[in-house]
Amino acid sequence: MIRLEKRPEPSKLWSWATPPLAVILTMIAGGLMFAALGKDPVAAIRTIFWDPIFGEFAFYYRGQLLVKAGPLILIAIGLSLGFRAGIWNIGAEGQYIIGAICGAAVGLAFYPWESFIVFPLMVIAGAIGGLLWAMIPGLLKVKFNTNEILVSLLLVYVAEFILASMALGALRNPDGSGFPGSRNFRSYPAAFNDEIIAGTGMHWGVAAAFIAVIFAYVLLARHQLGFQIKLAGQAPRAARFGGVNPVRLVLFCLGISGALAGLAGLFEVTGPAGQINIDFNVGYGFTAIIVAFLGRLHPVGILLAGLLLALTYIGGEAAQSALGLPAAAIQAFQGMLLFFLLAVDVLTNFRVRFGAGEAA
Amino acid sequence: MTALLELNGLTKAYPGVVANDDVSLVIQPGEVHALLGENGAGKSTLVKMIYGLVKPDSGEMRLRGERFTPAEPRAARAAGVAMVFQHFSLFEALDVAENIALGMENPPKMRDLAAEITRVSNAYGLPLDPARLVGDLSAGERQRVEIIRCLLQNPKLLIMDEPTSVLTPQEVEILFQTLEKLRSEGTSILYISHKLEEIRRLCDAATILRLGKNVGTCDPRQETARAMAEMMVGQVLHVPERTPHATAEVALELRNLSVKSPSAFGTSLKDVSLTVQKGEVLGIGGVAGNGQDELTAALSGEVLAGPGQIMFDGADVAGLGPNARRALGLLAAPEERLGHAAAPDMSLTENAVLTGTVRKSLTKNGFLNWAGARSFAEEVIKGFDVRTPGAHTAARALSGGNLQKYVIGREILQKPELLVVNQPTWGVDAAAAAAIRQALLDLAAEGAAIVVISQDLDELMEISDRFAALNEGRLTKPVPAKGLTVDQIGLMMGGAHDMEAAS
Repeated sequence: MIRLEKRPEPSKLWSWATPPLAVILTMIAGGLMFAALGKDPVAAIRTIFWDPIFGEFAFYYRGQLLVKAGPLILIAIGLSLGFRAGIWNIGAEGQYIIGAICGAAVGLAFYPWESFIVFPLMVIAGAIGGLLWAMIPGLLKVKFNTNEILVSLLLVYVAEFILASMALGALRNPDGSGFPGSRNFRSYPAAFNDEIIAGTGMHWGVAAAFIAVIFAYVLLARHQLGFQIKLAGQAPRAARFGGVNPVRLVLFCLGISGALAGLAGLFEVTGPAGQINIDFNVGYGFTAIIVAFLGRLHPVGILLAGLLLALTYIGGEAAQSALGLPAAAIQAFQGMLLFFLLAVDVLTNFRVRFGAGEAA
Repeated sequence: MTALLELNGLTKAYPGVVANDDVSLVIQPGEVHALLGENGAGKSTLVKMIYGLVKPDSGEMRLRGERFTPAEPRAARAAGVAMVFQHFSLFEALDVAENIALGMENPPKMRDLAAEITRVSNAYGLPLDPARLVGDLSAGERQRVEIIRCLLQNPKLLIMDEPTSVLTPQEVEILFQTLEKLRSEGTSILYISHKLEEIRRLCDAATILRLGKNVGTCDPRQETARAMAEMMVGQVLHVPERTPHATAEVALELRNLSVKSPSAFGTSLKDVSLTVQKGEVLGIGGVAGNGQDELTAALSGEVLAGPGQIMFDGADVAGLGPNARRALGLLAAPEERLGHAAAPDMSLTENAVLTGTVRKSLTKNGFLNWAGARSFAEEVIKGFDVRTPGAHTAARALSGGNLQKYVIGREILQKPELLVVNQPTWGVDAAAAAAIRQALLDLAAEGAAIVVISQDLDELMEISDRFAALNEGRLTKPVPAKGLTVDQIGLMMGGAHDMEAAS
């Protein structure tokens, strides 16, 4: 008989050991699935996990890795602060879109003025756009006690319609012969979010993500506000007793997650995406929720989780094209990873005991 | 004469703890047998085995000489064992008779049942109207519903788990008369409690459990309360010393404090007025749920009050939050240790930061001084004899008594001008309780004002200079604690607001 026994304290060792264990279990279970599909499991696993980093075309994939991981990390860091405090912003996708629109609008308004000031202004506008969009669920929550999960989620769809309207209307490229979509920032150097070092994929958004990781780490480990965030999430009554102002905390957490999502949108639209268009958003805001939880809501964990998830996307695409694996198999593989990560998490809080139930 | 119930070497282990270790006891017919022990001594596990809720790992039970192995409570009830739990299982939206019918195997017609309830309730001196809604009943009356539910089964053994914890002294008196009548009819009662005076008054025999073991059986009428307490605790008890220190200087004044309860099921405070002097301990009694939590929250600053309702050292603090009040020296320790006074999953160091940032200067420009927090936590651990591996331990890993010592110690070491504590020794072992009471008295001796909110009357009488009671959110006029009789206290708790006539 196998029994689970609650640990008096969460295990430090297992909270670090479970993610690698989950990756190994995923490789085994995924390998079995690929074998059942008639593919070489070792080759498939190598294509997904090894080739993008060390393989023949790694010079290309490595850059892609950062391009994909950057926005995921940047958004997930913001979300994790709220999640730790028990404030559930599910609408980062919407804040990402609005941030991109606001930032892009500022940039396009200055077109074709070539000045070093244009890009910083766009960055600020992007952050403010995301922040204001997140303030809608925030203010509704503190004023009327609405549920921020529903409000922030539904505002994603509103943001998508605004995006479509902008791409077709106010922000449409006047020289675009009627096609939807804004001017492409690649042809406006002052507003283009170029790679900082050519060929590495490292653009300003990736740099911002790394800075956000450090910022969040210091906030949570050293600052009183970070302590209050953790306290409010773990024990709301104790937080109140400890003098935490719940209204300020809600607005701060939603504000910072909105601002970071807005920044991610701005860096994406001015860089990898290049323009505002109907299909600009590809779900980074939702995937970032997974990244935040995979990373245990810890800044360093989120950094690693963002890179890992980006790797499975890029490696998965590579495996589809190189080995002819069906897209559904790749999605199932990614699902397995999440499944195992959450499943083995039980080891952090519980001890597995074998035997016939003799107590210690 | 065969014993009614005989337990031989009952053992029950749970992961990490042996709840009952080779416990034996004998209950004679018509005997009121006390089961005595601190929290966690294994009393509940033992009676759950008798009632068929828990299966023993080893040992045997004999009921009237025959082997007794109830597989479930229904089997125990069929054999004549009934139990009144500490927490009631009643539906507030149903009336008394309906609630009783719900617990029966084959309920009779409602009209017959109502007549039966009236008959039994009159016979045993527990007046109860079968047609009343349970939601309208007081805690004492709800307990009567549970008792009558048991009596309708004509039990041979009635188990009562801490029955007096929810009762006023007058209600306790009525309950005791009922129990004595039952005894005279030959019903045995297994009476679980840790209130020693009660046991000395009521019980014929007492079995004392400590850490799951039977450490002795005695005749409670022959033993002193102190001797039994020491058997229960396993060490010599230290009785708090006190000398009144009240000065004429007023530390806290409440002027018609009225606060709506934040919870829908809470009790709002209505026109609470009092003064507390420096060096004085004011005890506030009352049955649970009469506004104790609301008063604590209003004083700690978690709930804000209208202007001028709370004056501290002559300044209006009604609109200040918890940390602003801490800065002035008004500190509090709420009742619920885990989740309110301390964050369960956080370490003791982090829990030191919870209330200590202001007075212990644990922040600089918003950044936390973790080294300072750790040394403050260690100071509390050392000063209040908190048994724990160290300041890095999570709060939930501590026993109730140790965590309570930590919580109270954390506030006391911040040198409060006024300390408000709610249920300072609830669920705490006797040795820790004595240490906590002594620490509160020492603090008062140094000139701090102290408000102790508690449901433990013995505790309040032991440490208070003046006493008041909360009833439905109203506070009686505080009166000197010395010389108060149990009757007067009962009247105050029951809502008699004008004590001058009585005293």
